[in-house]
Amino acid sequence: MRFFEDIEIGQRRELGSFTFTADLIKKFAAQFDPQRFHLDEEEGRKSLFGGLAASGWHVGSVCMKLLVAEGQRQAKEALARGEKIAIWGPSPGFRELRWIKPVLAGDTISFASEIESLRSSDSRPEWGILQARNTGTNQRGELVFSLLATAFVPRRNARS
Amino acid sequence: MTLTFEDFPPGHFGTFGPRRVTREEILAFAAEFDPQPMHLDEEAAKRSMLKGLSASGWHLCSIMMRMMFDGYIGRTASLGSPGVNELRWLAPLRPGDDLTLDIDVAEARVSRSRPETGIVTFKGVVRNAAGQVLCEMVSPIIVQRRANIAAEQAG
Repeated sequence: MRFFEDIEIGQRRELGSFTFTADLIKKFAAQFDPQRFHLDEEEGRKSLFGGLAASGWHVGSVCMKLLVAEGQRQAKEALARGEKIAIWGPSPGFRELRWIKPVLAGDTISFASEIESLRSSDSRPEWGILQARNTGTNQRGELVFSLLATAFVPRRNARS
Repeated sequence: MTLTFEDFPPGHFGTFGPRRVTREEILAFAAEFDPQPMHLDEEAAKRSMLKGLSASGWHLCSIMMRMMFDGYIGRTASLGSPGVNELRWLAPLRPGDDLTLDIDVAEARVSRSRPETGIVTFKGVVRNAAGQVLCEMVSPIIVQRRANIAAEQAG
């Protein structure tokens, strides 16, 4: 993870990709979102989605998974260079989440994150606050998922 | 009886739960989707801004989805949701807490592009057993209108 001072508006990170298999879609749906079009191929085909579709919360959770993995890769690289590691804080939320197109069984979604805004925290001077547009694009190049996330990021010279 | 667009007039819709969330669930979700120390490791979590082990925000969202499903979505003629206008994580979800979900209909309107459906915008508020608000969400879903369901059943 990077420190607030290392981050600039417009910076874009590719987070890697994830294939939503039928088994993974059904496993998540059975636990959290057992609507028929997330659990059964035939019901999915009859729905607006046109096939077995991943729960939108599954897509969002996978985006989080890849964000964390990318952060861990960056931390490892920083450590290898002998640098201090930035441990990101929690997120106060997000806006403008759009499930633009269905994520169907077998789709491979590539996620990316682009910095949209940066500001200092009034109440917590050791932290900065960023907004990032996190997106998912399928194997046909179609944007399927987008959200504007907010996160606390540590400042480099804060006492920890 | 299937719920349709007409069953969601603006105003308070219902209160759902309680739903207990265990430490094991929190650790399992975090390990799969959000393996940050504040969601996985007691000691690291104590040193974090949240001052103790807490569930991933995406776990809380997913549990809220399940509470909505069990409460009403599972018997609603829902065609899915286009997204979430706003979601705020206001306080951490701790192991062993009991969640309650309050649902209000913020807005309900017939779809212009598909008049056989309506768009119902819900405001959901999740509270813990102490009554503290953990999460607020505003999100629309697309719901079939009653006449459309009747026509389908007749056809």
